[in-house]
Amino acid sequence: MKLSIVVTLKPGVLDPQGRAIHHALNGLGFEGVADVRQGKLIELEVADGTDDATIDAMCRRLLANTVIENYRVERSS
Amino acid sequence: MKTAVIVFPGSNCDRDLAVALEAVTGTAPAMVWHGETALPDGIGLVAVPGGFSYGDYLRSGAIAARSPVMRAVVDAAAGGLPVLGVCNGFQVLTEAGLLPGALMRNRDLAFVCRDVELAVANADTVFTRHYRADERITVPVAHHDGNYVADADTLDRLEGEGRVAFRYAGPVNGSARGIAGLLNDAGNVLGMMPHPERRIEPAHGGSDGRRLFEGLVAAIGG
Repeated sequence: MKLSIVVTLKPGVLDPQGRAIHHALNGLGFEGVADVRQGKLIELEVADGTDDATIDAMCRRLLANTVIENYRVERSS
Repeated sequence: MKTAVIVFPGSNCDRDLAVALEAVTGTAPAMVWHGETALPDGIGLVAVPGGFSYGDYLRSGAIAARSPVMRAVVDAAAGGLPVLGVCNGFQVLTEAGLLPGALMRNRDLAFVCRDVELAVANADTVFTRHYRADERITVPVAHHDGNYVADADTLDRLEGEGRVAFRYAGPVNGSARGIAGLLNDAGNVLGMMPHPERRIEPAHGGSDGRRLFEGLVAAIGG
């Protein structure tokens, strides 16, 4: 089973990298971009039937820092 | 006083810390590899050095914080052993849950490598007792991820409890409330982005960092 873990900064946490990307987009002439937030995508290949609690534990204990980040899990087979 | 310095793959200030600790304690610290599962017996301090542990992969300090030796450090901290984390070591301590909050990319995205002026915000700790409250000291920083973040309630609580040990006297990295060094609730764990071990003797350009280590030795016993 393939998992995609999408890690994003929590709302309200300043994202200087997103802001720099936003600035660069504006510099390229792309107007109308209201906001940019940068996150990360972590792809896992796990045994079929890996339970949600285990996946959630992996996210909470390592893949995301829940002080500053949210995460969501997307599954594909 | 016997001390220990943790060494991760990618640590690069471990030797600086060892030199500083030996200069002040008279005894070379034990250098403890990240794969160890126990700390040496009889130590009075464990120091977590700066550098780029595990290449800063995932998040600065994230992988190091889950290494075997850090479980021993967390247990020792719970037992009251003083723990000092400098720079990447501060990041490791937050990722290990020994200190609240997180250290994010510097607000202006630049790696900051220069002397900074710090204000001693709490001089009544085992780490800062040889400084005066509100004293200004000069210590270098060298980091990309030193922008301290925590929610407003946490920041209020940390300030109310006197857990901010050092603040930047001017803008450095966007750190919330200017926090440069932070204590745990019991006061035996200090994480700080500036490098006191790089200001031990006049040849370093100053020795303001030395008193941190001297104060520790005085507090813990030689």
